[in-house]
Amino acid sequence: MKLVTAIVQPSKLDDLKEELGRLGVLGMTVSQVQGYGRQKGHTEVYRGAEYAVDFIEKLRVEVLVDESNVDKVVDGIVSAARTGRVGDGKVWVTSVDTVVRVRTGETGVEAI
Amino acid sequence: MNSGDTAWVLVSAALVLLMTPGLAFFYGGMVRSRGVLNMLMMSIGSIGVVGVLWALIGYSTAFGSDVGGLGLLGNPAEFFGLGQLLGKDQLSGTVPTLAFVGFQAMFAIVTVALISGAIADRARFGPWLLFAGLWAVVVYFPVAHWVFAFDTKDDAGNVTAVGGWIANRLAAIDFAGGTAVHINAGAAALALALVLGKRKGWPKDPGKPHNLPFVVLGAGLLWFGWFGFNAGSALAANTTAAVTLVNTLVATSAAMLGWLLVERIRDGHATTLGAASGIVAGLVAITPACSSVSPLGAIAIGAITGAVCALAVSLKYKFGYDDSLDVVGVHLVGGVMGTLLIGLFASSAAPAGVDGLFYGGGLDQLWRQAVGAGAVLVYSFVLSLVLALLVKAVVGFRVSAEDEAVGIDETEHAETAYHFGDGRSVRRSPVPADEVERKLEGSRA
Repeated sequence: MKLVTAIVQPSKLDDLKEELGRLGVLGMTVSQVQGYGRQKGHTEVYRGAEYAVDFIEKLRVEVLVDESNVDKVVDGIVSAARTGRVGDGKVWVTSVDTVVRVRTGETGVEAI
Repeated sequence: MNSGDTAWVLVSAALVLLMTPGLAFFYGGMVRSRGVLNMLMMSIGSIGVVGVLWALIGYSTAFGSDVGGLGLLGNPAEFFGLGQLLGKDQLSGTVPTLAFVGFQAMFAIVTVALISGAIADRARFGPWLLFAGLWAVVVYFPVAHWVFAFDTKDDAGNVTAVGGWIANRLAAIDFAGGTAVHINAGAAALALALVLGKRKGWPKDPGKPHNLPFVVLGAGLLWFGWFGFNAGSALAANTTAAVTLVNTLVATSAAMLGWLLVERIRDGHATTLGAASGIVAGLVAITPACSSVSPLGAIAIGAITGAVCALAVSLKYKFGYDDSLDVVGVHLVGGVMGTLLIGLFASSAAPAGVDGLFYGGGLDQLWRQAVGAGAVLVYSFVLSLVLALLVKAVVGFRVSAEDEAVGIDETEHAETAYHFGDGRSVRRSPVPADEVERKLEGSRA
């Protein structure tokens, strides 16, 4: 099993949810986060004085998937979250040892 | 007495009063959230202090009989307390004198409030009120006499009562207060900024505006009230009022566009704060000029001043004084621009009836304008510096570094503007909590 974590633009959440639903992903966890990448946030101007705003609002989307589905889920997230502009985010995949469904005690793929 | 004129002056007075809460929002939105209440309070406090002083000696000092005939000061005792002006026969032109007294009171109030933008986040509230009162008495009331008190003449044209030197001897044009209000407040703001020093962290962290919608709301209220400020200064519901109203509209519109154009070229974006600032710069510039130019002249004055003020607000970074909300860049520079441009754009077709340089009048009006502007600038700056140093020496003017870091709302006023979430708090009051409980029990029984 794998955990797919994606940092995406808040405006792309609906597209992402729709795409993952189409791919058969049944659940996801979304959290509001702040951060920056290589571009270091953005600049605001007030009466000619520039302010650097380092931390930008993003969403972190986490999805548990079976190994056989990882590639198409990652591809789906990348295509749904892409605007083509700086700050579109990142996706990474980590291995998961165990998953347990709290209600039933099921484990492994059954619990996803 | 003319009831139409009286109605217009009374309504204008109310419009001008609204400018001060409008200014409070204009300034309040520009500071950080931890200092917004103090910013509002410095304006509201000005209404309190100056409102009372105006009734005691302010009107009398500005519009009482000239002491010594030099046009420098009215007699403070003549109308002390205003009780002499209650009778039906007390007229000023075609309106009851008290209508004029009330209208002019609002000018004194908003002028004092304007200064506070230079000292955001760091002035103790009590010393600010002390300074506000001293400044009104020592600087504003006399300057209002110089600029707004006109000679009284008999039918033969002989002067029967002497007025202020700028309005009469110098014959500089300042219809609604470019010198008396804006240069005056702007020069005082510069003096205060120098005496109080920079905010902690300035200029590295100039303090980002916490609520731009407030700033636009404030600019809108200022513009609305400013129609009373300028068109009300005709003191009659007549052609002059109409001309000044139209000029106030078009100059301000052009100034906003001028400011935005500079921003678009310099910074790449036309900003909301720029639009609101351009509006105020335009209002400032047209204030002295609104009775002496055509609408085309007003557009030119607005556009030039909007662009110049957009550039002038960066002067503080160049020279290193922390004029927090740009009172110098907008009001001093805008006031000087409007006052001087009269010398170029004045047209004898307008109610003031004078030709400036571009209308064949030569340099005559320009030098009169320059002398008036320079005199008020120097007088206000020097006296404000002395008063600020006096307040600083006697009672202290600045909050402590710790209080500044915590936030001036909490440390000076024991309040905070915004409450997000349910943050736990427990009531501490003179009435013991168990007594309140017993009363509640009793009411339930």
